[in-house]
Amino acid sequence: RKDFKFYGIALEIFFSFLSSVIIFQIMIPISLYITMELVRVGQSYFMIGDTRMYDSSSGSRFQCRSLNINEDLGQIRYIFSDKTGTLTQNKMEFHQASIYGKNYGSPLQVTGDSSYEISTTESSRQQGSKSKSGVNVDAELIALLSQPLVGEERLSAHDFFLTLAACNTVIPVSTENSLDLVNEINEIGRIDYQGESPDEQALVTAASAYGYTLVERTTGHIVVDVQGEKIRLDVLGLHEFDSVRKRMSVVVRFPDNIVKVLVKGADTSMLSILRREDDDELHNSLHAKIRETTENHLSGYSSEGLRTLVIGSKNLTDAEFGEWQERYEEASTSMTERSAKLRQAAALVECNLTLLGATGIEDKLQDGVPEAIESLRQAGIKVWVLTGDKQETAISIGLSCRLLTQNMHLIVINGSSEFECRRLLADAKAKFGIKSSDSGRDCQDIEHTHNGDVSKLRTSNGHMSESGIHNFELTGVIASDKSEYSEKVANFADTDLALVIDGSSLVYILEKDLESELFDLATSCKVVICCRVAPLQKAGIVDLIKSRTSDMTLAIGDGANDVSMIQMADVGVGICGQEGRQAVMASDFAMGQFRFLKRLLLVHGHWNYQRIAYMILYNFYRNAVFVLMLFWYILHTAYSATLALTDWSSVFYSLIYTSIPTVVVGILDKDLSHNTLLHYPRLYETGLQNEGYNLTLFWITMLDTLWQSLVLFYVPFFTYNISTMDIWSMGSLWTIAVVILVNIHLAMDIQRWVLITHLAVWGSIAATFLCMVLIDSIPIFPNYGTIYNMAASRTYWLSVCLIIVLGLLPRFLCKVIYQTFWPSDIQIAREAELLKKLPRQLGSRPASDIS
Amino acid sequence: MSSGQEAGSSSGGSGDGGAAAPRRNTRKPKYSKFTQQELPACKPILTPKWVISVFVLVGVIFVPIGLVSLKASRKVVEIVDRYDDACVPANTTDKLAYIQNPTISKNCRRTLKVPKDMDAPIFVYYQLDNFYQNHRRYVKSRSDAQLRDPKKANDTSTCDPEGTANGMAIVPCGLIAWSIFNDTYGFVRNSKNLPVDKKNISWKSDREHKFGRDVFPKNFQNGSLIGGKTLDPNKSLSKQEDLIVWMRTAALPTFRKLYGRIHTDLKKGDTITVTLENNYNTYSFSGKKKLVLSTSTWLGGKNDFLGLAYLSVGGLCFFLAFAFTLLYLIKPRKMGDNNYLSWNRNPAGR
Repeated sequence: RKDFKFYGIALEIFFSFLSSVIIFQIMIPISLYITMELVRVGQSYFMIGDTRMYDSSSGSRFQCRSLNINEDLGQIRYIFSDKTGTLTQNKMEFHQASIYGKNYGSPLQVTGDSSYEISTTESSRQQGSKSKSGVNVDAELIALLSQPLVGEERLSAHDFFLTLAACNTVIPVSTENSLDLVNEINEIGRIDYQGESPDEQALVTAASAYGYTLVERTTGHIVVDVQGEKIRLDVLGLHEFDSVRKRMSVVVRFPDNIVKVLVKGADTSMLSILRREDDDELHNSLHAKIRETTENHLSGYSSEGLRTLVIGSKNLTDAEFGEWQERYEEASTSMTERSAKLRQAAALVECNLTLLGATGIEDKLQDGVPEAIESLRQAGIKVWVLTGDKQETAISIGLSCRLLTQNMHLIVINGSSEFECRRLLADAKAKFGIKSSDSGRDCQDIEHTHNGDVSKLRTSNGHMSESGIHNFELTGVIASDKSEYSEKVANFADTDLALVIDGSSLVYILEKDLESELFDLATSCKVVICCRVAPLQKAGIVDLIKSRTSDMTLAIGDGANDVSMIQMADVGVGICGQEGRQAVMASDFAMGQFRFLKRLLLVHGHWNYQRIAYMILYNFYRNAVFVLMLFWYILHTAYSATLALTDWSSVFYSLIYTSIPTVVVGILDKDLSHNTLLHYPRLYETGLQNEGYNLTLFWITMLDTLWQSLVLFYVPFFTYNISTMDIWSMGSLWTIAVVILVNIHLAMDIQRWVLITHLAVWGSIAATFLCMVLIDSIPIFPNYGTIYNMAASRTYWLSVCLIIVLGLLPRFLCKVIYQTFWPSDIQIAREAELLKKLPRQLGSRPASDIS
Repeated sequence: MSSGQEAGSSSGGSGDGGAAAPRRNTRKPKYSKFTQQELPACKPILTPKWVISVFVLVGVIFVPIGLVSLKASRKVVEIVDRYDDACVPANTTDKLAYIQNPTISKNCRRTLKVPKDMDAPIFVYYQLDNFYQNHRRYVKSRSDAQLRDPKKANDTSTCDPEGTANGMAIVPCGLIAWSIFNDTYGFVRNSKNLPVDKKNISWKSDREHKFGRDVFPKNFQNGSLIGGKTLDPNKSLSKQEDLIVWMRTAALPTFRKLYGRIHTDLKKGDTITVTLENNYNTYSFSGKKKLVLSTSTWLGGKNDFLGLAYLSVGGLCFFLAFAFTLLYLIKPRKMGDNNYLSWNRNPAGR
């Protein structure tokens, strides 16, 4: 009996270790996962309930379809966005026109659904044929078109709209098909247009709104209703749009046997084929002035982000027509080099044109898209547009939604082979001084470029010029001299870069070893636009970023084409729109409009990240301080793993005493108001820089925890050493003290005290006392009666008070010093907000947010 | 902490519901201050005056408490006498053999001198050093059910190795009861006995609810090893206050237990003769035994720690208040100045 259950020193140590493992297991915060899930549910509730993210036009509210990545919204570095239906409304709108040197339509005009009509002597017939498509019409232009067909300006306008109505491949579809002569007097009914591109639809719709309605199209002829009078035009030939010529033309014969060619195309290709010489000096001067004015209008349209086309026409003489017809028929039936021959035939008639005017078409964006993208960019987020549309359309959208700016250097990658893609990537990197991860290879590339054939470089550069857009300043010929080359590299370092790359190039790049080259180039650019990309290529691009960086990615789209990239990204956002719900079903979050992304990331993302980051640190702290307190005590129990606390208090510590405040704060605390966060988008960078949670913060927190646990243990130790204090009384003191300390620690960091917060914090302390009273009122427990005797002791309360103040003093001190001398951006913005130093326009009215 | 502006002022209602069809509005989130996270709230920020006020406030509270506590502690008169070595006969070479030999007389006489006037009641404590009453195995060696209910007399499963003796249950069982302290003390001053009041030295709640008045010691100290005091089999456990005091196990290895009270004032210079029986074995584990006579104040016994700690913290807070005042005067930072934002400090941007 002398050695009852004594198994030797080694085994005793082992048993003591196992006991410690059981006692200290709450150091690993298992309850943290439960707490985080509860907090995320609460955060999702508030995101869903945000009335400012409700889309009234589609009746869709914000949806949280994933409940475990709320805080990722606060750390998004890359946004990959679809274009059609996501940034745009999938609707083109005729906005402005320049006819005979005069601009019609106003950039300040607010778009709406109202049509404008002017009474004329033919108002009854005109009403019958007017389209109700909702095109804004210019009153002055309507007045011009109401005049008799006399004068050059009137004739130009007439030919202008005739070209819009005829020079296209749009098919009119009548909702009430009527060919009966009796019904001809009555209203024909609404005509819809189906075409391969919304641009053409917009032009034809606009012509119809101005009284030039395309009512019928066959392979041989078209019928245009001109101010109520039908004109039949024989279509003698059609040259479709292609990317080399950048224009299209149609050769038509009028009822009076006049043959004309009607042309529309990009200004870069049209302005070079206009008529330049005339025998009449006065007339020549007038035309020169019209041309100059039209070019100014074109520049204005482009700077507004409108898509532009130039309209021209020419009467064909019998000789010209005969020659063209011969070449056209030969090319149409040719089996070899058909495209080239057609192009040559087109060149015969697409020359020496008369300038009729120009058009500006708005690719109608969703509301607030430019502002949202601007804010997201300021927040340090890179926005990439991945679209299946052609390059020109993608760039046009980039301009209109402020992704691209006039002073950006545009890099275009549109090679048709692996070799060409490789060369284009290497050239771009060398030109702009972009470093790759392999510095040796980088030097080699530079040398290779420098030693290359100057003529080849010129050809390459010319190719880029040909592919580029008129509005961008492309770099000049690469200098062969090394010193000049160095200077150019230095100059490019401060320039914002934009990359435009098409799907056919991506085929080679994503399947070869060129991915790292593209990654280096793309991540050096401020904007990346990918055009003509397939859905799987969208996912490939997202993966290109995800697999090479630890940055968070977000993909947003509205259609089935976007599902693959939404699933590939860290966060997928679906837009409930015109293209069904595949994107929504595959996404983590869903909303009605793109502009809500600004609020989702800058406001809710910021809040969620800050809350979760603090909550994780706090939960590690509250478990660690408890465990360390128990550990210090074990050092004074002959290392026998004794718990001074009752078993129930050990369980309740994580469950009742300290858990509710951290959940409530995790859901409700806000450091800044949404107005401040939207006003300063750069505050979002605290999430990108991991300023809320990182290893340094973790270890500082652990250091603070160590100090607090020492204070918790040794203040009672020195107070009650050599005293009549019993083990259960000491345990109750430690329990009360640690709960109060932990809750006041949290209270010190709460940034927004609402009633629920008070109830949670002080209520937890009260609940602790209540539980202690209940536990100590059960006679079968050895701790019976403890709390009653201790509460009557003044030393008890003095100890608790000293523990609280001494434990939190270093933290408070460091917080004050840090906030005074090294304030974070959040701190400064918070002070400005609370001391009412923000501008007055930051009212809390929803209208301010929407604008 | 200062209060910021109330965040409750916001416009209500739905601003842009006109365009939607009436039935579609049912999907719109219901507006309330709660769902929009715009409940009225207090938003504290650390302004210099609040920081200094907090430090001054803590100082103002802590320094007086420290002074009062220290004074109360200094007012306590305490006599501590260690006797475990002194009471061993001079010619003893083996202390363990001495303490375990029942034939040797354990009587011992000690003389105490009163340094200051001691007002009644004077508390008599015995103090043990290096005695781990908080050892896990020791703390758990008891049966609270048995102590309360005579029907549970055989409930000794948690009391090993002192659960049964000679095949019968021990009441009270367990290592704690078995090892009860068994030294005794008698006090004489000027040839007159000082009576020691041994009533009410335990908690009332223990006497009334944890130790049954119908539970009597049985088979106690009948084993081969005697751990401590024998109990009167004819007194119920609720009246054995020495046992009750001992079974409230100490939190730390150096502890005191209340032995009794002396209700006679002692004068400065008095000589107290203590007649004690040195029965308890502390020699096997290098423990110490001390007799303590002490007065008491509202703070309890003699303990300078609380007073010194409060004074230190209060003084530190006063110093910090002064230091921060200087700092804010010498190097002020304007609150909420946009020039301090990181992108305004670095014109090139982050």
